[in-house]
Amino acid sequence: MSKFGLITKGIIKENPTFALVLGMCPTIATTTSAINGLGMGLATTFVLILSNMLIAAVAPIIPAKIKIPSYIVIIASLVTVLQFVMQAYVPDLYATLGIFIPLIVVNCIILGRAEAFACKHSILDSAMDGIGIGLGFSLSLTVIGFVRELLGGLSIFGNRIAEGDGMLAFVLAPGGFLVLGYLMVLFRKVTKQ
Amino acid sequence: MAIESSLRNMVIVLFAVCLVASAALGGIYTLTKEPIEAAQVAKTNSAIAAVVPEFDNNPSDSANVRVVDVDGAVSKVYVAKKGDEIVGYAIESSTSKGFSGNITIMVGFAPDGTIVNTSVISHAETPGLGAKIANPEDPFIVQFAGMNPGSPDFKLAVRKDGGNVDAITASTITSRAFCDAVNTAYKVFCKINESGEAQE
Repeated sequence: MSKFGLITKGIIKENPTFALVLGMCPTIATTTSAINGLGMGLATTFVLILSNMLIAAVAPIIPAKIKIPSYIVIIASLVTVLQFVMQAYVPDLYATLGIFIPLIVVNCIILGRAEAFACKHSILDSAMDGIGIGLGFSLSLTVIGFVRELLGGLSIFGNRIAEGDGMLAFVLAPGGFLVLGYLMVLFRKVTKQ
Repeated sequence: MAIESSLRNMVIVLFAVCLVASAALGGIYTLTKEPIEAAQVAKTNSAIAAVVPEFDNNPSDSANVRVVDVDGAVSKVYVAKKGDEIVGYAIESSTSKGFSGNITIMVGFAPDGTIVNTSVISHAETPGLGAKIANPEDPFIVQFAGMNPGSPDFKLAVRKDGGNVDAITASTITSRAFCDAVNTAYKVFCKINESGEAQE
């Protein structure tokens, strides 16, 4: 598969949210606004690209029986690095995403890509796969966040477009599931899966 | 493609992975330690600046911070001065009575006990409902400014509880918790005033 194909595959055919339906916990929890969704998506993308590359690099020297523990140590270290860096340079975003940054460690997208792709492919291909899946995840979260923020808070990327309270349910968890469900229907209809 | 899973190989590889990971973490921790502290100080400073009148000292400097214990709850008091005169006290207090998790707020008092302003430092209230306390322009937050909890005309409790505070619609628990935190801050203020430390 071409390098470009590896990227587009993550956005459409193997879109982690709408096609693979992975990582639902951070998806519902962090998409209360488009900016939060985007922030979470980019944070995950960062970890995903680096973990894919590192795991592709070390996979040949890791004995099969300790694959998972080694991958978890690598992923957890990357997430902690990300946590330090965000706390230092973007404290506001860190305060909003809070608990969900450490939870990237157990996001099944990351371990899933390590197991299903990175440990069998070259470093470059794994990086492309990380970029693709990461972009797919970021885009999905941003779109869900955009819709929830628009319906629930009457604003677009934090800018209010109308006075009033909006439909609060969409900012809360039930509305999150509704938006996710309808967007998934729309996505499958468009991509005819 | 992977090497054999013998005990020796597994121990060596896991040890190496953990060694490299911890070395990398230690390095990054040292690099980001200062910026993280600076970011936290900046956050405290902006919360202080939002709740007390204009000052020209550095209230978050350790010489100006007092730790006061009231009813088992520990609060931090930041003293804001202009020249040698005390212009206000920023009191960081927290309550566990919120709808979800702790609410930590900064309350600014003028030297006579009047609330200058309040500001929320951290909370986990419901977005769209209780989370309105984080908006400094929300009518709920604005109503505290200029009030003195010591005066008989202002009872610091929501109207449902017989007080003078208008609660946020559909967020009475959050509003009560907020009043509770302001009350704690006021008790701290009274304590430092009584003990005479305020005249320092």
